[in-house]
Amino acid sequence: MLFSRNGRSDSLTLEGRVLAPAQGIDECLRITVTDGVIAAIEPAAASALVIAPAFVDPHVHLRTPGREDEETLRSGTEAAAAGGYCAILAMPNTEPVVDSAAVLGALIEGARVDALVPTGFMASISKGQGGQELSEMAELASAGAAAFTDDGKPVVSAGLMRRALQYSALAGRPLALHCEERALSKGGQAHEGRVSAEIGLGPYPSTAESLMVERDLALAAAEERPLHLMHLSARESVHALRRARDAGVAATAEVTPHHLCLTDEAVRSLDPNHKMNPPLRSEDDRSALLEALRDGAIGAVATDHAPHARHEKDVPFEDAPFGVTGLETSFAALHTYLVVPGELTLETVLERMSTGPARTFGLGEPRIETGARANLVALDLEAEWKVTENGFRSLSANSWLLGKTLRGRVVRTVADGREVFVA
Amino acid sequence: MTVGELRPPAAPRRHLLSIADLAREDIERILETARRMTSSLDREMKKMPTLRGRTVVNLFYESSTRTLASFELAAKRLSADTMSLRSSGSSVDKGESLKDTASTLSAYDPDVIVVRHPSIGAAALVARWSAASVVNAGDGKHQHPTQALLDIYAMQEALGRLEGLHVAIVGDVLHSRVARSLVQALDLVGADSTLIGPPTLVSRDLEALGCATSNDIRDLAEADVVYVLRMQQERMSAGEAFIPSLREYTALYGITPDRVRPGQVVMHPGPMNRGVEIDAQVADSEAALVVDQVRAGLVVRMAVLYDVLVATVRERIPAGVA
Repeated sequence: MLFSRNGRSDSLTLEGRVLAPAQGIDECLRITVTDGVIAAIEPAAASALVIAPAFVDPHVHLRTPGREDEETLRSGTEAAAAGGYCAILAMPNTEPVVDSAAVLGALIEGARVDALVPTGFMASISKGQGGQELSEMAELASAGAAAFTDDGKPVVSAGLMRRALQYSALAGRPLALHCEERALSKGGQAHEGRVSAEIGLGPYPSTAESLMVERDLALAAAEERPLHLMHLSARESVHALRRARDAGVAATAEVTPHHLCLTDEAVRSLDPNHKMNPPLRSEDDRSALLEALRDGAIGAVATDHAPHARHEKDVPFEDAPFGVTGLETSFAALHTYLVVPGELTLETVLERMSTGPARTFGLGEPRIETGARANLVALDLEAEWKVTENGFRSLSANSWLLGKTLRGRVVRTVADGREVFVA
Repeated sequence: MTVGELRPPAAPRRHLLSIADLAREDIERILETARRMTSSLDREMKKMPTLRGRTVVNLFYESSTRTLASFELAAKRLSADTMSLRSSGSSVDKGESLKDTASTLSAYDPDVIVVRHPSIGAAALVARWSAASVVNAGDGKHQHPTQALLDIYAMQEALGRLEGLHVAIVGDVLHSRVARSLVQALDLVGADSTLIGPPTLVSRDLEALGCATSNDIRDLAEADVVYVLRMQQERMSAGEAFIPSLREYTALYGITPDRVRPGQVVMHPGPMNRGVEIDAQVADSEAALVVDQVRAGLVVRMAVLYDVLVATVRERIPAGVA
């Protein structure tokens, strides 16, 4: 399900404070990796470096095929390596859409040549993401699709959504949903609230997300099928998720660093790098997301890394496309804006960036134990660095963090036994 | 001596992008300048040499008669060279981006670029990509700061004060950059405002601007000024449906003679839909300041051009500066 370029495995040692929250490890250790496998774990002297299971990003736009000017398999996975990731899942809203075994097969072949970090590919729920006919999910799953989504668009028809839930049993892979009621979000540019009213930006109300979340959870409950909610932004959606989980629905969810760190106040700058879908919402929404991430109702951090060409973002806010990049800044952003001020513990961030998403999508969980493939990230929590336009491995630079100084930095990444990044 | 050496030392550029970037003393200074400009209008020789040798470019991406005419004349009265570019018939129609147009125009070293554009954030973008001072002449539903300044200038001329004045703004506030700018300007000078209109066009969220909201037309009884917004036909189209019909809108919120009490003045940014948001009798009455607003537009825009280029102000970097 994950594909990367062939190459030999590395042998190396890493030493530091090993923090693997899912395994209950927090001690200073030396990890010896031999031919890509953790061969020995021994006590070591105290060190400032933190070693953790590497990150897993379940929501990345690699823009390939179709927009290789914005991102390629190579550039996107180099960005992932620099962000501390050992696995990423790519979205199928490309040109053409990943809705057939042929398109998927070409991507997998490409990944075997170009992907520095193991990459999985989601396929679309509906053919061409047209919302009319189901894609051939069973064939796509056997061809290696990691999951199914129409991300970028909602599944408008409740009828098709229901069929997709039923049919996905054959595929055995999760459905990941972008929840948006377009009758309510039409013309929407920013969260409906004081800021959008003040600036005059088209309102994108919370209900545009939460109504669709409620619909899909109700269908999942009736069909007794699991589902995954992508990039949640609204308090009401979190409440619906909690109710459904309490009622026994196998619902999982993810949240982005930008929805955790920012509110719609950031939109006042009219900087197109603060324009995303779903939009940045209020402080109430942000705290509901944080609370859900803390207690595990939301089990995964996902970047929704959405590269855009510079000329497409160098336009008035209202004319700019939605989306921001995130692969290379996710850990540092969460550390700077949430861990340092005490809103989240380091352990929670590490778990929700690694074990959480891996478990949600049935990917191998990165573990620190002898005999396991090495999937490790080394973090310097004290390092301060400035996010600059020219500092990205990604081909795009539409980051909400441009010009910001962040604290905490990925200094080394080992993915599937191979050293893929050294700062 | 090269041409470059003739240029004055570079001072920090000043823009007028949003009323939100101004402080009370900025507004008072601009209004005071506008009052001084007024006396020039009574002279036989109306032109002043103040901005001789300066270049003002009007970059208009939306059809506009009065705003463009007003900026053009204002610049000419101050002896600036002017150049007006409209979206039709220009490179804009050939797909050139606003950023490229802004940097292309910079090759002519304009001192001021006046921008009107249908998208929020357009003026801020031009400010980012050109070396000129930028005056926002309307960016989507966001801001139209010179309209707000001319409106409060006209109010002060008509009523003799701004502090404590109560202004009722009636109509389609949701889509109105005029209302947004005006409410913020009134708040800055110590006047109160109430937004009145149907719930679909006046939301409680707008109170963030520093005003009250109401859905009841009777609430304009308290106001010193009734400010009427233009109601646009497309607000009723399928898929929009903010109001069921103009007929019902006029019945509920139209400014008719019986709704205006003696002593109140009536304003409208134009162009008016007589018989829709405003009754013809009201529009032509003594209470209507519509022509005064147009006249104020000229002197206030002269004052704004003067202000961004010449006036010395204590060091304050407006939020909109890139």
